[in-house]
Amino acid sequence: MSSMAISPPRVAPKNQVLLGTAFAASAVFMLMFGMLSIWLRFRDASPLRKSSDGVKMIHDWLPADIEIPGVATNTILITLVMACVIAQWGVYAARRADAAHAYLALGIVVVLGIAAINAQVAVYVQMGIGIGDGAYQTMFYAITGTMTALLISGVAFSLVALFRALGGRLRDHQVVSAHALYWYAITAAFVSMWFVVYVQK
Amino acid sequence: MTAIDASSTVNSDSSQTKSSGDILGSIAVWITTTEHKRIGRLFMRGGFFWLLGVVGSGVALGIERIDSNSSLFPTNSIVQLFSFFRTGLAIGVLAPLLIGVSIAIVPLKIGAQSISFARMALFGFYSWLIGSAVVIIAIIGNGGPSGGDPQMVDAYLLGVGLILIGLLFAAISVGTTVICARRPGLALSDMSVFSWSVFVGSVGLVLTLPIHLGSVIYLAVDHHYGRLAFGGNYGIDKWLGDAFSQPQTFIYLIPVLGVLAEIASPNESMRDVARMGGFIGVGVLSTAVLGAVTRTPHLFEWSGSFSDKITSAIPYAMFNLLPILGVLIVLAVSLLAIKSESAQMSASLVPALLGVGMIFTGMVGYAIQMIAPANLGGTVFEEGVFVYVGYGAVLVVIGAISHWSSELRGRLLPSEAVIGLGVAGFAATVLASLPYLIVGFADQPANSTSDFQYEGPQALWSICVTVGHVLMALVIIGFSALILKPQSSQARSSS
Repeated sequence: MSSMAISPPRVAPKNQVLLGTAFAASAVFMLMFGMLSIWLRFRDASPLRKSSDGVKMIHDWLPADIEIPGVATNTILITLVMACVIAQWGVYAARRADAAHAYLALGIVVVLGIAAINAQVAVYVQMGIGIGDGAYQTMFYAITGTMTALLISGVAFSLVALFRALGGRLRDHQVVSAHALYWYAITAAFVSMWFVVYVQK
Repeated sequence: MTAIDASSTVNSDSSQTKSSGDILGSIAVWITTTEHKRIGRLFMRGGFFWLLGVVGSGVALGIERIDSNSSLFPTNSIVQLFSFFRTGLAIGVLAPLLIGVSIAIVPLKIGAQSISFARMALFGFYSWLIGSAVVIIAIIGNGGPSGGDPQMVDAYLLGVGLILIGLLFAAISVGTTVICARRPGLALSDMSVFSWSVFVGSVGLVLTLPIHLGSVIYLAVDHHYGRLAFGGNYGIDKWLGDAFSQPQTFIYLIPVLGVLAEIASPNESMRDVARMGGFIGVGVLSTAVLGAVTRTPHLFEWSGSFSDKITSAIPYAMFNLLPILGVLIVLAVSLLAIKSESAQMSASLVPALLGVGMIFTGMVGYAIQMIAPANLGGTVFEEGVFVYVGYGAVLVVIGAISHWSSELRGRLLPSEAVIGLGVAGFAATVLASLPYLIVGFADQPANSTSDFQYEGPQALWSICVTVGHVLMALVIIGFSALILKPQSSQARSSS
C-alpha cells in the first residue's frame, strides 16, 4: 500500500474524441485545399485553346481526348451527401438510445462509403487513362487517389463506430457524433474537389 | 474522495523495472508505453540523435567551404549533405524536440493524468522514427532532393510523408489534451503561457503540415510515374522546400515562447503583465501560419510609385514583421520580469533566453532577406538565418529540459553546467550562422561549396562556421552526459 500514490480522482476528459476528430477534419480540409491550390496553379499556367464548340477560350489543362464521366462523379457527390444525412440520423438515434436505428444508420453509412469508393473506381475505368500518360493524368490520380484514401478512412471510422455500438457502447454517443463530423469533413473536401476537378475541369 | 493511482507508480518509475534485471521487460514497457513523459522523451531522444547527424553534416560542409577550389566530397554527396542538413534540422530536430517537450510537460501543467489519444501519439512517434530512418537511408543512397538514384528519391518522399504524418498525429494528441483534459475549473485563460503556446503551436501544425503532405503525395506519384509535372528529383526543393525553411519553422517553434515565459517566472506584481504579454506574443507569432499556408514569399519591392511601395510593404509587414513582434513582446516581458528585484533567477533561463534571442535574430534576418533590393535570396544568408532559428530552438529545448528536469527525470541538473552549456551553445550558434549573414551580402551562393571567389577572408568565415558546428556538437554531447550522469550514479548507489 505504501508504494501506491494517492492522487486526485481521475476525471474523464470531456469531448476528447469529438475534438480529436475536429482536428483530423481540419487536417483533411487543409490536405485537400493544399492539393487543390497546386492543381489550380497548374491549370492557370496551362496555355489557352478554343473549346470544342469553338465558342470560348479555355485552359488547355484537361487533354482534349479525355472525357470525365459526369454521371459517376455526380453519383459520388449524391452518395456522400446521403451518407452525411444518414450519419446524422445515427447521432439522433444514439442520443435517444435507439439501438436498432443507430445500428441501421451506421451500417448504411458503411455501405454508402463503399458505394462511393466503387463509383470512384468506375470513374477510373470509364476514363481509361494511365497514371504516367501526362502531367494532368498524374495529378488527377494523385488527388482523386488521396480522396479515395480519405473515403476508406471514413468507412473504417464507420466500422469502428458500428462495432462499438454493437458492443453495447451506444450510450457513449460521442463517437457517433465524431463519426458524423468526419463524414461532413470528407464530404466537404469531396465537394471542393468535385467542383474543381470534375466540374471546372 | 481519493483514488489509488496505481498506473503512475507502475509506469513512471523505470528504475524499478531495471533493478529487477528484466531488460527485455524494460524495453517492452518503453516501446508500448502510453505514458506521456516516456512518449515525450522518445521524441526528444530521437531529435537529439538527428541533431548529432545534422551538426556532423554542418561540420563537413563548413570544412568543404574552407577552400572553394578543392573538394573533399563528390558533388552528389555535397548536394545530399545540404539536403540532410535542411531536412534534418527542420523535421528531424526542431519539430520533434518541441513536440517531445510539449507531450512530456503539458499534461503536468494542466493537471491532466494522461495525454489524450496516447496510443496515437506513440504511433506518431513510430511513424516519425521510421520516416526518419527511411529519409536518412535515402539521403545516404543519393536520394534526397536532386538525388540521382530514382528508387532512393521515392524512398525519401515516402520517409518525409511518414515524418509529417507522425508529427501531425502527435500535434492532434497534444492539442486535444490542452482543450479536453484540463483539470476541472482550469479555464483556458488561467492556463500557463506554455500550455497556451503548445495549443497554438498544435493548431498551427494541424493547419500547415497537411499542405506539405499534399505536396509530398503529388511529388511521390509524379516521380514514380513519368516525372512529367513537377520536374522529377529537381522539383522536390521547389515544391517541398518550404516545409524545411522559414516561415514553416516559425510554426514548429511557437512553444519556445511558452518555455521562456514559464522559466522567466516573474514575481507577484509582474505575473499578470507577463501572462498577458505571453498570451499576446504567442498569438501574434502564430500569424506565421498565414505565411506557411500561402507558401508564397512576400517580398518588399522598393520600386515603382509610392502606392506601389505601400502595396508591397503591407503584405511584407503582415507576413514577415508581425511574427517578429510576437517574439519581441515575449522577450521584452521576460526581460522586465528578470529585471524586477524580487525575481528568482533560474540557471535554465540562460539557454532559454539566449535561444529565443537567437531565434529573434534569425527572424529579423529573414525579414531582411525578404527585402528584394538586398538580393539575399539564394545566398548563404538563407543558411545563416536557418541555423540561427534551428540552433536557437535547440538552446531553448536545453533550457526547457533543465527547467523541468525534476518532473522529467526526478532530479535537478547542476546550475553551473546548465549556464555553461547555455553560453557555449550561444557562442556555437553565433559562430555557425553569423559569418553566413556577412558573406551573404557578398553573394556567396547557398547549397554550393565551390564557384565562389571573395576578396574578404572567405576561409576564415568558413572556419568560424565549422568551429561553431563543432562547438554545438560538444554542447549536445555535454548536455546528454549531464542528463545521464546523475542517473548512472544513482543506479550505482541503489545497487
